[in-house]
Amino acid sequence: MCLAVPGELLSIEGDDPLTREGRIAFAGIVKRANLAYVPEARVGDYVLVHAGFAISVIDEEKARATLALLAEIEFGDEA
Amino acid sequence: MKHVDEYRDAAAARACAEAIAAIVTRPWSIMEICGGQTHAIVRHGIDRMLPEGITLLHGPGCPVCVTPPGMIDAAIAMAERPEVIFCSFGDMLRVPGDNGSLFSARGRGADVRMVYSPLDALAIARENPEREVVFFAIGFETTAPATAMAVLQAAREGLGNFSLLVSHVLVPPAMDALLADPACDVHGFLAAGHVCTITGYRDYLPIAARHHIPIVVTGFEPLDLLQGLYLCIRQLEEGRAEVENQYDRLVRPEGNPAARAAVDRVFTVQAQDWRGMGPITQSGLGLSPEYARFDALGRFSEIAVGRERPGLCISGEVLRGARKPGDCPAFGKACTPEHPLGATMVSSEGACAAYYRYRRSPAQTGKAA
Ligand code: SF4
Repeated sequence: MCLAVPGELLSIEGDDPLTREGRIAFAGIVKRANLAYVPEARVGDYVLVHAGFAISVIDEEKARATLALLAEIEFGDEA
Repeated sequence: MKHVDEYRDAAAARACAEAIAAIVTRPWSIMEICGGQTHAIVRHGIDRMLPEGITLLHGPGCPVCVTPPGMIDAAIAMAERPEVIFCSFGDMLRVPGDNGSLFSARGRGADVRMVYSPLDALAIARENPEREVVFFAIGFETTAPATAMAVLQAAREGLGNFSLLVSHVLVPPAMDALLADPACDVHGFLAAGHVCTITGYRDYLPIAARHHIPIVVTGFEPLDLLQGLYLCIRQLEEGRAEVENQYDRLVRPEGNPAARAAVDRVFTVQAQDWRGMGPITQSGLGLSPEYARFDALGRFSEIAVGRERPGLCISGEVLRGARKPGDCPAFGKACTPEHPLGATMVSSEGACAAYYRYRRSPAQTGKAA
């Protein structure tokens, strides 16, 4: 129910705060989603989409840090 | 980065499970709140990668499952009115009330349509001005902003034929209610990452402090879940009870301010009935006075929402983490996804359906700890 999927924002259309829309690519398929809740989103960002709405923008730096921390767990274990 | 595959690496998952095994000294029970996480845990066998003594309890986090049967009966009564087009998320169609499901109502000729977004229901209302279009607004904090936007757009356009049957639920009050139960055996929580993209996690700070329980905001991929478990268990072993954020690539402390503002404008917090758990104060959303004209229960005032009747199904206990699907005598026998007796079997995110799909044999269904 709270299924939400990350996709890449390909383009932004409109400037009405309630109906701004984006085309978003998910592993091969492109869908439209409302962008009212991510005013900060830029083309090229990855956004999380739920029920037709982008609800958050992925912070690439934090994503890299999470993966680095996971790698550390991995190596820390062998040390 | 595609932000999916990176979090599914099998070797990294094994390493993470080993790291957990290395720090565990005592048995712990950890509850994941969200049904999407339950589904991922059972599907990827994450519970089986964990050391002996770590028990995962599946929480009440499936909005479809916790929608009270009386609401479903009210939905069916609305759908069966000839002027109504009734719109619902697909998961909701097969959920049984006391008088069948929306799916069976459709079989009898009701105009029930499956939508992916509340905005789809709004589009149907625009295209059918002579019909009454009702949207079954269910979901957690994750989904409430989508519903709110449909209301804001309908209000701006002056759409008179659009209304909502609202059964939105809120997570933190349900966690509080679970913890208040003396029988509750939860030592730590994985909080639902997607809920927190909207709400942030400040509401969880008083819960962690009051009940001295660690709460880790966690994502949905296998590595997210394992890392969330690692952080939670590390806190337990160190005697800490803090709110931590495993999912910080998407969750900010304050959540999503634009979405929260829309929800605050359209809704007010109110008491809510949860299937299997009964009423919980401050755990639901109703339309605020400014938008009360969009309330379908006001528009179809002859339709009332009945109370839940006790039955065979133990999904109420499954939802509280008190028992596992395998404890139910009906599991896989009288109750299957084709003929569900309770909501935790009918939604693909319900614990019973997840166990049925991935753990059919009785030895695998798991008993409550
Ligand atoms: S198996 Fe069916 S009857 Fe038993 S608890 Fe689950 S949903 Fe209810």
